[in-house]
Amino acid sequence: MHKVGLIVNPIAGMGGKVGLKGTDGPEIVTLARQLGATAEAPFRALQALLELEILKDSIEIITCPEAMGENVAKKCGFKVAIIGTAKEETSADDTRQAASEMMKLQIELLLFAGGDGTARDIYSSIKDAIPVIGIPAGVKMHSSVFAINPKRAGELAFLYLTGKVKEIKEAEVMDIDEELFRKGIVSAKLYGYLKVPFERRCVQNIKTATTPSEKYEQEAIAADIVESMERNYIYIVGPGTTTRQIMQLLGLDYSLLGVDVVKDGKLIAKDVSEKQLLEIVDDKHSKLIVTPIGGQGYILGRGNQQLSPRIIKKIGKDNIIVISTKSKLHSLKGAPLLVDSDDDEVNKMLAGYIKVITGYKEYAVYPVSF
Amino acid sequence: MSESKKAKLRDFHQAHWDEPVIFELSTRGARGILVHEAEEEIKAEVGDGISSIPEHLRRKEPPALPELFQAQVLRHYLHLSQATLGADLNIEIGQGTCTIKYSPKINERFATSSKVTELHPFQAEGTVQGALEILYKTDLFLREISGLSRFIFQPGGGSHGLFAIASMIRAYHELRGESNKRDEIITTIFSHPSNAAAAAVKGFKVITLYPDKDGYPDIDALKEAVSDRTAGLMITNPEDHGLFNSKIAEFTRIVHEAGGLCSYDQANANGILGMTRALEGGFDFCFFNLHKTFSSPHGCGGPAVGAVGVRKEFEQFLPVPLVDFDGERYFLNYDIKHSIGKVRMFYGVLPVVVRAYAWIMSLGEEGLKEVARVAVLNNNYLMRNISKIRGATIPYDAPGKHRLEQVRYSWEKLTKDTNVTTEDVQRRMCDFGMHYWTSHHPWIIPEPFTLEPTESYSKDELDEYVAALRKVSEEAYTDPQKVKNAPYNSCIHKIDPSLLDDPEKWAITWRSYLKKHRKDINA
Repeated sequence: MHKVGLIVNPIAGMGGKVGLKGTDGPEIVTLARQLGATAEAPFRALQALLELEILKDSIEIITCPEAMGENVAKKCGFKVAIIGTAKEETSADDTRQAASEMMKLQIELLLFAGGDGTARDIYSSIKDAIPVIGIPAGVKMHSSVFAINPKRAGELAFLYLTGKVKEIKEAEVMDIDEELFRKGIVSAKLYGYLKVPFERRCVQNIKTATTPSEKYEQEAIAADIVESMERNYIYIVGPGTTTRQIMQLLGLDYSLLGVDVVKDGKLIAKDVSEKQLLEIVDDKHSKLIVTPIGGQGYILGRGNQQLSPRIIKKIGKDNIIVISTKSKLHSLKGAPLLVDSDDDEVNKMLAGYIKVITGYKEYAVYPVSF
Repeated sequence: MSESKKAKLRDFHQAHWDEPVIFELSTRGARGILVHEAEEEIKAEVGDGISSIPEHLRRKEPPALPELFQAQVLRHYLHLSQATLGADLNIEIGQGTCTIKYSPKINERFATSSKVTELHPFQAEGTVQGALEILYKTDLFLREISGLSRFIFQPGGGSHGLFAIASMIRAYHELRGESNKRDEIITTIFSHPSNAAAAAVKGFKVITLYPDKDGYPDIDALKEAVSDRTAGLMITNPEDHGLFNSKIAEFTRIVHEAGGLCSYDQANANGILGMTRALEGGFDFCFFNLHKTFSSPHGCGGPAVGAVGVRKEFEQFLPVPLVDFDGERYFLNYDIKHSIGKVRMFYGVLPVVVRAYAWIMSLGEEGLKEVARVAVLNNNYLMRNISKIRGATIPYDAPGKHRLEQVRYSWEKLTKDTNVTTEDVQRRMCDFGMHYWTSHHPWIIPEPFTLEPTESYSKDELDEYVAALRKVSEEAYTDPQKVKNAPYNSCIHKIDPSLLDDPEKWAITWRSYLKKHRKDINA
């Protein structure tokens, strides 16, 4: 019997349809309802669950009462176990609590329907303990934990539970500040990484090699970087799983979400603030290593705000090293890499083309825009 | 230009024999032919035939080969042949970039004639003048077609040809004392991935350019990429999506000005045969796959020929020997000043060159141009009809924009709407007796498929292929599960691809299969 968790954030996505740019917080939910929004997330969760129907007899769904999962799971005829008690109005707290309890019940996989806010809540409870699949249902979906559509989320769950997909990758959990966003300011933060099942598309053709795993690509990039590191240079290593591989290859401690500083193979500062960094940066001998964060291809200004315009100016374009796995670059489908630095001068300085390290001795010349 | 409404889908059903691996059919002691004992007279002359072989070279045990009767062997391979969808069996337009055209059977007669098959590569030049003449004259044809000055036929395939070119680029910079500095090769993402691979094998760093918004290689990115580290450009044109880059001479100029050399991947030259040439495009090297454009069949991954050509000043780097003619006789010329050596034994896969020679001779100059015209016409007809299929899109398309010999299409919309992917379509197409291939990685174009109709197929045949694709699309929108569970009428249903990724499970020889899966059985 497979134990699968299901959390539906019933209010997710409601703000979007009525132009509210998000649904964080009870006042916004009330406002959204007044504007005529209806719950979309349960319907989307249902679409995903239908893909699992064939496994009905070998799955037990652990879920929350009523609109938070029970209703849709029962509608599909699954064996259902309920945790927690029913409430009139659900909140972020309910999601966090349910996720923690499901973790204790040792579920195999957690399916959730929601947006960035829901992903954040789940991340805060389970970190990297259980693989999750996001059923896209929110207004904001900057995180890369979501499947392209609900059906695909269900299919991926099916492949994972039946052992056809075994690989797991780390996917970014990002969220933007809704308050600021309503005022037209985008301030995205990288909160962490959730584990998601990852299907490598295998093509049965002798002329086509299987795509290498993301980890292999990251290792190849790290090997290239480490091999070309120069003495007496300060290397500022930005956040991300791709940059993390460099620190691991060097055998150094690191912060996944923060900025670390390396010199001559030694860690000289970990998880530095913008202010600390300003003191460390030497305008002649500093190099900055960044990688695109999230699905939109931002190399600066989203998820790595420590790297402020002041710092970028001091380092200079020639000393910025961009690294990206090919799969990440290709997922942009031809769209440029982006910078969003709050400083027009810096944005313009970085726009144009930049050499991106994509593997060991492999590079791309790729456009950057803002 | 509307598609014929006659196109009818076949009620196809492939044979399913549940055929064992030949080793499993083995019966101890079974023989195809019982060879007679040698006669006394012969024994007296050669002894027992075994003892003249040095002791340490003699097998103690017979090899573990399968033992079968003749009829069993024949039946086994006929069964297997019925489980394929080969080029002579279906409307083979589904494997774009590979130029699978109809190869006239008369050319097969030439290639399998004893005059070819009974030759030995160590024979004296005087006894193989005819074979050398064919090699020499095929070289002359390719010079005419490309504008370059000399071709060799040693490489056993396209990637091997690229390897020879990358070796010559390296030799050129070495001769000038610049090989330490010039260590970067530039290519594009829609060039065949072997361009990048060959460069990497030769120790070059590889810089890849991405397309601009119209799908052409980004010329501004090229300007940014070139430097005094540039060793060369290795590029395809038209690229794998069938768009011809009309700025190609500008590309080669920029690279030459930076001090690099330019190599033209013409593995597939079907859309430009007799229309444009490598020389006028500013290229120093090119190669043609004789098993694509020049109608030699692909075999099963070979043997093939990647014919490599060079401009005059690079002849000094060619692999040896060259086939030369002194006005009276053909001979092998090993006297090449800065030759990179050999890239393969002997002079090339002769039967492949013979087929290409015969094909070119049968068509002549006008015929070759007609091949390109019909291939391009077929492709554009196909493209306009596929554009009408629900869920199929043509990336980088614009009104009035044509393609050359192939198109990389996308099912991105179909996948978004129905969750049916290009691999699902691939499996379902088998049910109509059609071969369909997705595309090379990387999948820059989401859910891709690449079709190349060549000059070999009629309008009705193209219509039949389109009708099958349309049917699959209709099914995807009405009954997606039907497509996802396909194929139903093919010899093999679904393969679990995760096995291909598991070193514990994959087995490419019988011996490793026994080791990994049948530990209990003695070999």
